Amino acid sequence: MRWLGLGAAAAAAFAAAVVLGPADVPLRDLATSDIVRLLRLPRAVLAFLVGGSLAVAGASLQALVRNPLADPFLLGLSGGAGLGAVVALALHLPGPWGLPLAAFAGAILAMGLVYRLALVSGSALDPRILLLAGVAVGAFAAAVTTAIVSLAEAAELRNAFLWLWGGLSGASWTAVAVLAAYAAVPLVALFGAARSLDLLALGEEPAAYLGADVRRVRRRVYLAASLLTAAAVAVSGVIGFVGLLVPHLCRRLWGQLHRALLPAAFLGGGTLLALADTAARVAVAPRELPVGIVTALLGVPLFVLLLRRWTTA
Amino acid sequence: MDHGLILAVRDLVCRYRGVPNDALNGVSLEVRAGEVHAVLGPNGSGKTTFVRAALGVLRPASGAVELLGRPVAAWPRRELARVVGVVPQREDNLFPQRVRDTVLLGRYAHLSPWGAERAADRAAVARALAACDATALADRWLWTLSGGEYQRVRLARALAQEPRLLVLDEPTASLDVRHEMELFELLRGLADREGLGVVLITHHVNLAARFADRVLLLDAGRPAAWGAPSDVLTAETVERVFSWPVAITPFDGRPQITPLRRKEPV
Repeated sequence: MRWLGLGAAAAAAFAAAVVLGPADVPLRDLATSDIVRLLRLPRAVLAFLVGGSLAVAGASLQALVRNPLADPFLLGLSGGAGLGAVVALALHLPGPWGLPLAAFAGAILAMGLVYRLALVSGSALDPRILLLAGVAVGAFAAAVTTAIVSLAEAAELRNAFLWLWGGLSGASWTAVAVLAAYAAVPLVALFGAARSLDLLALGEEPAAYLGADVRRVRRRVYLAASLLTAAAVAVSGVIGFVGLLVPHLCRRLWGQLHRALLPAAFLGGGTLLALADTAARVAVAPRELPVGIVTALLGVPLFVLLLRRWTTA
Repeated sequence: MDHGLILAVRDLVCRYRGVPNDALNGVSLEVRAGEVHAVLGPNGSGKTTFVRAALGVLRPASGAVELLGRPVAAWPRRELARVVGVVPQREDNLFPQRVRDTVLLGRYAHLSPWGAERAADRAAVARALAACDATALADRWLWTLSGGEYQRVRLARALAQEPRLLVLDEPTASLDVRHEMELFELLRGLADREGLGVVLITHHVNLAARFADRVLLLDAGRPAAWGAPSDVLTAETVERVFSWPVAITPFDGRPQITPLRRKEPV
């Protein structure tokens, strides 16, 4: 029933993304229209993959760092990935396939930095300090990114909003292929770690007693979540809130066991971002809003509303 | 090999970085099937450190720990979790969870990463819940449980691992008399009927004396005494380790300790 509802929502979001747009494509021309084939369809697929990737990364990180507020954006991963991508672009380094690698380097660097900052007294990882460090590193990365974007003249950086607020206007089948190729491995790795993530939610020592190889799982999830975030950021810029909001909605409906939660988060994240991107294209047509602004505009009030209901219930 | 020997700890020495004194120094223990061992000692005497080192979570500075004849560090955690079930002193589940799902976590060491739980796993969960008198709690949320119910559920999770050794770190710390006695009776029964080895960290010296086969008394990381309760829990030893005068009166053939009042007003 829940899965049916989610599937229907995903299909509806996809249909809306294909049917709606600033250009008026009659319904009977949908299958043959170049606008649909080369613009709307790849963009819808890309939105879906980006949203799904961010939501899965967020859900995994929440269990890993034992903090329900964790997501790729708040942990500084997205900021680091964005910075890595912008630096690579400013230096005219990569093509579309190299960009995720540069973003990945940025994300890993940010994660390492956040992790170092959060290691209090050498051994115990404090989840609250981890989050504070994430916010600090993310803000710093965003500042450097903005500085580079304002100073650089590289043609690729014209659309600075892509990196600051996220946007899918660069969508193409190539971008879809790039994301699909880079996201596949970390998605499989995270789905495979689902049971270990259930255990880690108890804390590292109880998890070890229940059979989790904590150190290996931690490394695997950090790497996979960083790569997933980097791939998403490389094609769409920094999009916040999907990785925070979607996992929490899914936790309410699917419970805490990650074997069901992660696939649900993927579909939910994809649905949400496809809808948000359609709104970003249609709301102020022919101009376009950065999709990150739409996710924040939709996500923040919804999140506050849910937070109130959960805490008073 | 000694049949029935589950855990053998020899001359364990542990240090924490930046702490001058050894957290543990020269502690040994042997646990056989069907035995209940109590680890006693004042706060900070190294009881929890001992368990962490004995279970391979903390690497000792020296000494040896063997589980079923194999060094504990050589056990993959997954395999170890099929042999040893642990009820840690503290844990806080990050997300709300139902009792059944919590107990199912005890089966993870038996499950493949992708496969769903099988009938055997569900049966093990049901048996564990029944053994802990927690079957009626299965559909409750964890946060609605009382302290006693919560401890029973955590014990059920450890039993769902189908271990040969149970390790519990102060399992009755917040329980009333009835729940405390029920838990001790349950552990004794598991050792007697199912042949489980049990290692129990506790502050309840008198209950340890009545239920345990052997008692390890720690004093600032060193073993003050190890052996049968009546050998270990003498007035002299207990007074020295806990720095408080006591009287010992036997009950049911086991020593029972009564702390004395101070003679002169402070």
